[in-house]
Amino acid sequence: MSTTAKALEIKNLSKTYRDGTVALRGIDLDVEEGEFFGLLGPNGAGKSTTIGIITSLVNKTGGKIRCFGVDLDRDPARAKRQIGLVPQEFNFNQFEPPEQIVMQQAGYYGITRSVARQRTEKYLRKMGLWDKRATIARMLSGGMKRRLMIARALVHEPKLLILDEPTAGVDIDLRRATWSLLEEINEDGTTVILTTHYLEEAESLCRRIAIIDRGRVIENTDKKSLLAKLNIETFIFDLESPAPAGLLLDGYSHRLTDATTLEIDVSRERSLNAVFESLTQQNVNVVSMRNKANRLEELFVEMVEANASQPNNG
Amino acid sequence: MPSNTFADVSLSSRLRSNLIGFQTIVIKEVTRLLRIWPQTIVPPVITTMLYFIIFGKVIGSRLGEMGGVPYMEFIVPGLVMMSVINSSYQNVVSSFFSSKFQRNVEEILISPMHNAVVLLGYMAGGIARAMVIGTIVLLVSLFFVDTLSIYSIPITFSVAVLTATLFSIAGFINALLARKFDDIAIVPTFVLTPLTYLGGVFYSITLLPQPWETVSRFNPIVYMVSAFRSGIMKDRLDPTMIDINLGFAFAVIILFIVGLFSLTLWMLDRGVGLRA
Repeated sequence: MSTTAKALEIKNLSKTYRDGTVALRGIDLDVEEGEFFGLLGPNGAGKSTTIGIITSLVNKTGGKIRCFGVDLDRDPARAKRQIGLVPQEFNFNQFEPPEQIVMQQAGYYGITRSVARQRTEKYLRKMGLWDKRATIARMLSGGMKRRLMIARALVHEPKLLILDEPTAGVDIDLRRATWSLLEEINEDGTTVILTTHYLEEAESLCRRIAIIDRGRVIENTDKKSLLAKLNIETFIFDLESPAPAGLLLDGYSHRLTDATTLEIDVSRERSLNAVFESLTQQNVNVVSMRNKANRLEELFVEMVEANASQPNNG
Repeated sequence: MPSNTFADVSLSSRLRSNLIGFQTIVIKEVTRLLRIWPQTIVPPVITTMLYFIIFGKVIGSRLGEMGGVPYMEFIVPGLVMMSVINSSYQNVVSSFFSSKFQRNVEEILISPMHNAVVLLGYMAGGIARAMVIGTIVLLVSLFFVDTLSIYSIPITFSVAVLTATLFSIAGFINALLARKFDDIAIVPTFVLTPLTYLGGVFYSITLLPQPWETVSRFNPIVYMVSAFRSGIMKDRLDPTMIDINLGFAFAVIILFIVGLFSLTLWMLDRGVGLRA
């Protein structure tokens, strides 16, 4: 077995559902070992189908998947042993306590009860759920349930952890706590694949990002290269006092959203220094400045819109 | 740090891993069976007691003997079989469909366990419930019959286990194909119950006029009830009241088990009812 095998290699993966819906149109995707990989796309783009096929929850129509060099068709047991899944929906038995849920999952992966017991304690403690180990899962808060699914996915210590919208619908505190946890897991050597609707999340966590839309991968590159493709960023300036009538910002598209809030579009070739110089010359004092939207979000919208205008051939 | 390595993939380690997976499903199923005992154990026992009281005591006392044994004693094997059939079927169909419905079956589908192990695990749960209830019903019958001696414990036990095995698989198939809770009630109500009632529980099919006797021989439950009755009372039952030859009955039951087991594995491999 090669030690340099990719964590995941997807070749020409396609999926057509029985009702004729084409979910994937031959996607190729490689994820390097140790990467924190973001899989982004609008609703119905094919993200969950891709994850479903990787984790054997969905039958593929065509293509090949290798996980750490192991062909999922030829040796599914060996490939599946390397994968941990945190699904989007709560899919544990709501009438069982966390300890039993995690212990059972360990058993399904062939882990002896004594080792399973140790690991269950380790991961429930790590997720802050040890005190709740005997509470019926139904009684846990939404955040606890999400952490329980992460503990369950980690109990067999997979080399590849796949998370499908792990922070969907959770408050910002929990979202940030989950981010820290995922960074920690990745730093420990686990390859992480994350799908998310929160582009801020992807920008913050992922080192490599693929954008999937209408069953095709329309972008797959490292985050820095991806963000470099962003042509125009919009900044919001909060002004100390109302902007003077006839405010001039030569070469910059701008608009006032209210008397003291100014939006300015800045292209990659232009500098922000010139904006500040011009505002200072016109006695406009800036109190604060921020991005109107997350940079990745702007790029994402741009790319998906561009893809939507392309004909959908087969 | 992820500890999984590719080194530990020998056949023996895979077997050990699958054995642990099997144990896990069995423990889960037995825990469930015991946790919800008012739903899993009490109702079939009460139902069977009612059969003993109504068909055995009230009506049976007027019938006298059948095949040389008191009618109450004659129906004991059939009633035990009826509870074994229903319990094994219901246990697997409700447990596996609930897992499907709540989507926690995904825990199993993403795991490296072999499909045969998953099936065997659920079957073991169904067999366990059937054996518990079958034993309780047999013990309850002692309140209604003067004596109940068993002709052959190995025959009786093996027929009960094989029958529970067969109907556990049938329940699993029903759960795979079911899309809503109504679908898991249709087969027990419209197929299993009529076949059981017409399967010689309360009478010997040799008493039926033609063509009904011949038609009854196409009912697989006849073979199980007949074999189980032979196991309990072959030594004292009129040979003309033994519906099916014991060896033939075993062969038919085993043939059904092999056929349904293969079919279920084929369905699992293709993800029928589980994977889009």
